[in-house]
Parts: sequence; structure tokens; C-alpha cells
Amino acid sequence: MKQFLGFLVKEFYHIFRDFRTLLILFGMPVAQIMLFGFAITNEVKDVKIAILDESKDNITKEISSKLLSSGYFIAYDNLKSVKDIEPEFRKGMIKEVIIFEPNFSGNLLKLGKANVQLIADASEPNLANMIVGYTSSILMDYQKDLAKSGDIRPSINTDVKMRYNPNLKSVFMFVPGLMAVILLLVSALMTSISITKEKEIGTMEVLLVSPLKPFQIIIGKVIPYLLLAFVNAFVILGLAQFVFGVPIAGNTVLLLLESTLFVITSLSLGIFISTISNSQQTAMMVSLGGLMLPTIILSGYIFPIENMPIPLQIISNIVPARWFITIVKSIMLKGAGFEYIIKETLVLAGMTVFLIALSIKKFKTRLE
Amino acid sequence: MEDNKIIYAENLTKKFGNFTAVNSISFSVNKGEIFGFLGANGAGKTTAIRMLCGLSTPTSGKATVAGFDVFKQTENIKKNIGYMSQKFSLYEDLTVKENIVFYGGIYGLSNKEIKEKTDYLVDILKIGDARNKLIKSLPLGWKQKLAFSVSILHNPKIVFLDEPTGGVDPVTRRQFWNMIYDAASKGVTVFVTTHYMDEAEYCNRVSIMADGVIAAMDTPSKLKESYNVKTMHDVFVKIAR
Repeated sequence: MKQFLGFLVKEFYHIFRDFRTLLILFGMPVAQIMLFGFAITNEVKDVKIAILDESKDNITKEISSKLLSSGYFIAYDNLKSVKDIEPEFRKGMIKEVIIFEPNFSGNLLKLGKANVQLIADASEPNLANMIVGYTSSILMDYQKDLAKSGDIRPSINTDVKMRYNPNLKSVFMFVPGLMAVILLLVSALMTSISITKEKEIGTMEVLLVSPLKPFQIIIGKVIPYLLLAFVNAFVILGLAQFVFGVPIAGNTVLLLLESTLFVITSLSLGIFISTISNSQQTAMMVSLGGLMLPTIILSGYIFPIENMPIPLQIISNIVPARWFITIVKSIMLKGAGFEYIIKETLVLAGMTVFLIALSIKKFKTRLE
Repeated sequence: MEDNKIIYAENLTKKFGNFTAVNSISFSVNKGEIFGFLGANGAGKTTAIRMLCGLSTPTSGKATVAGFDVFKQTENIKKNIGYMSQKFSLYEDLTVKENIVFYGGIYGLSNKEIKEKTDYLVDILKIGDARNKLIKSLPLGWKQKLAFSVSILHNPKIVFLDEPTGGVDPVTRRQFWNMIYDAASKGVTVFVTTHYMDEAEYCNRVSIMADGVIAAMDTPSKLKESYNVKTMHDVFVKIAR
């Protein structure tokens, strides 16, 4: 045990004396969450829109004022005609134009059907999507109100789903994915580099010749990162909650336990990578290319899995972060209990066992 | 088996698939001896050492190290040997003292022993001021000498040195060999591989491996005599060619 503690102390020396390691461990999580929280925001706020009202009746005026008082939009200028739209878009002065057809309220009240056209500047596709979504939901609201007072059916079909995040706060969506990315990076990348570093400088051989057992060496290498990743999970959740006001709807203990499971999965990935690579560079390339990219792209972090082509959807099943993100979203945003995430938990646990078994096998053949 | 033979190998063989890296070698090393284990690159030296250190299980044959069987008692072997590889084996981002504490610790030395050893080494290697300096700030010669001292920190019965003097200047090599003699005089058996033939002359006995077998084994003077040449260098060239 004393041997083992000595080993741990040594590992912490390595970590705390390497500025770059420290930066990745502690600077990156904070920087990332700040970036995603503040800079790369998908929120709609004070977007300049123009309203081309060819009807100018009570209803269109009401809708216009409803749109403009929502806080999402500010009126740029009321356009005079359709011809004006193109130049304004080109100048980038407006992001969206709303065109009410002539005799809007007449059509709506008599025919039960009226047309409004939304034109968005799609050079920023995500933003355009958002703006259109917001606008449509405001229109829907208005129609519902109208339906209550009369017998008019909604005429515009908007299909915008905003459950669990009614304010469309983007940080809500980023936090689970960010947790996955950071925990994976800290655990898998850092351990694989730290293990291959010992191989590279030749100390691994010395350790193997010593009375330390191979599993003690590996566990000793892994424990510091397990602890640090845990600290990181706290930091991320803390920042999310206190800086960005993301609530943790479910059980925090359950969330931390699941995070620990994911960290262990990532650590076993890191160990596996270190058994197949002989240099720090290789370990880094494999970790970044083989882990980070799929995690960012195929986990549902940025792009919804449901919208991917079927082959990619199938591949996404082997990305551990995909399951972890589902777990975090369920607990954090939906307040789900353990019974709703049993499947995901089992998948992660299964992956961990598989990876550890594979690593042990690889490690043994290496020694021969 | 005589008690005097601290390493004993008989028909020791290691195969990787169809390739026979070490082909039925037999030899023994006496207690307190400096045994040179020579051979060209790829002759099977490293594989042989790995088997003796308990890192690799032999395919067939018999061998004991410090009286322990290489098939079954590798844990005991590991406690009784020291090892220094051709790659530098100390941690560059740890200080001299921390390295000693770490390696002392994994060999189960007590805190008191570690402290005594540290003081002793600092004194003997004349690195008093450098005790709390990071290893990476030390000159290579110092590092190499320190690495050797650390590899025998736990008073092993045998120390395996795998090309310990690679890339070191002649003066430091000379000093290094003085340390080896010193250790041997205290009863530590030294099993050393090297590519420097002048170093081979310093050994009590040498074996020269070629293509997985031991091609020659004797004292340096007898080898030179039987091959009728003046230096170990010429012996080596004749055999390993």
C-alpha cells in the first residue's frame, strides 16, 4: 500500500509540474463552458426583423406588436414593398422579413385561413432556423388566443419543439455535451498520454521490473485523473448552475455517480489507447481523432442523432458519449430517475468491462 | 546447482511464432561477478534479459535468478534484482530526492532507510546542492550515475544494466565503471550489456551472443587468446560478423 501511495504522489508531481497538463485540466473546462455559454450562443435576442404589412388591419398590427414586444425581435424599418427586401438582406441589416398578405384579417376571420410569409437570412442556417421557429411559435400563440374567443382554426402549421427548454437557452443543450467532451478529454487523452510517456522515456520498463504489479501501475496512473475528472464535473455543474442558471432537475448524486461511470469508461478507453500506441504523439492523435471527433459529431452534442443518415445513427451507438449525454439530459433537464436510464447505464458499464478486458489482453501480449 | 551460481540458465529458449529469438542458451553467473553480455543488435540479448528479469516467460528450458525460478517465481525475482535500461530511467520532472523516495518506496524501503540512502547518495555522488533540483536540470553524466545508484538502492542481489553508458563521455564512463566495481566488491552481481568493447575488457567474464545462441563465453583474456587477437573488439568482430 505504501508503495502504491508513493506511486500516486509521483503521479501528482507529474501533473502539477507540467503547465500544459494543468492548463488542459483546469483552464479548458472553464474556457469551454464560458465560450459555449456566452459566445457561441444560439439564443435569439434583439434580432432585427422587418414587417411588410400589406393588410394593415387590426390583427396584423396586433401580431406585429406581439412579435416586437417579445424581446426577441426589434423592428428595423417597415418596408414599403417586396422590392426593398433583397437590398436590406444583402446589407445584412435584417435577419427576417414577415409579410402579411393583403386582407389578412378578412381571410382569417371569414375563410379561417390566412397566409403569412416568413423570409429568413439563411446565410446563418442555425440562427435562421431559430428565428423562424420563434416567429412561428408567436404566431401560433396568437392563433390559439384567437381560437379561444372565436371559432377560427389555426392556419399556419409550425412544427417547433421546445420541450424542457422553453426559453431556448442554448447553454441548456450544451452543458450535457460539454460534460461528455471535457470528461472524455481529461480522462482518456490525459491518461493515454501519461502512460505512453512512461513507455517513451523508458521508465515503464523499470516499473515493470520492480515489485509493483502491472495492475497497480495502471490503477496508480488512472486514479489521479479519476479524482481530477470528478473535480471537473463539479466545476462544470457549478458553473452551469450558478453562472448560467441551468437547473439540475433530477438527483445530483445520481448525476455524479453516472458521471463517475462515464469517467471510468473514458479511463478504460485511455488505457486501451495507451496499449496500442508507443508514443505520446500517437496517443494524442488517436485520442483526438478517434475519440474527440466522434464525440463531438456523433454523440448528439451538436447535431441531433435523429437527423443523421441511418449508417451514422448505427455508428453513433458505439460512441460512449452518446449514452452519457442522454443520461445527463434526462437527469439534468427532465429530472428523470434511475429507472429511466437503466439501459444507457448498462451500455456504458458494458463498454467499460469490454475495454478493460481488451486492454488487459493487449497489455499481456505486449509484455511477451 | 552450486550456491555460488546466482544466475543459472539451461537450454533457455524464447520463440515468437516461427522466429526463435533465443535458442537454447546455457550459462551461469557467479555471485559478485561482473558478467558482460555482448552481442550485435538483434542477437537476442534484450529478450534474454527480459526472461531473466521476469518480464517475459521463456518458451522452454530452465533458469533461476537469485535462486528463484523464472517460470513461477517472478515476483520474488523482481524483489531481488535492480534494473537500469538503455533509456534513461529517472523522472525528469521530479527532483533528485523525489526520485530516490519514489524508487525506494516501490521497493518497500522504510522512510528511515530512504532518508539514510538519500544522504549517502548525495554525499557519495557529490551532488549536495542538487538534492532538490529537478533531474532535467542535471548533466547527463550525473543522471546516469544517479540512475545506477537508484537501481541498487534496495541492495539487490543482481543488477541488470542494459547498455547503461550509451551516449556518455569517456571520463564519465570510466567513473561509471568505478561505481560498478564498487558495487561488485560489495557482493552485488552485475549483469551488463554494452556495445563498447573497452568496457567488455573490464568484465570478469563475457558471453557473446550471435543469432540467438551464445557463440563464445570466457574471461576476456582467454577469449583473446583463443581467437588469437589483441583486443575484445577483434574478438567481437570475428564472432558477431
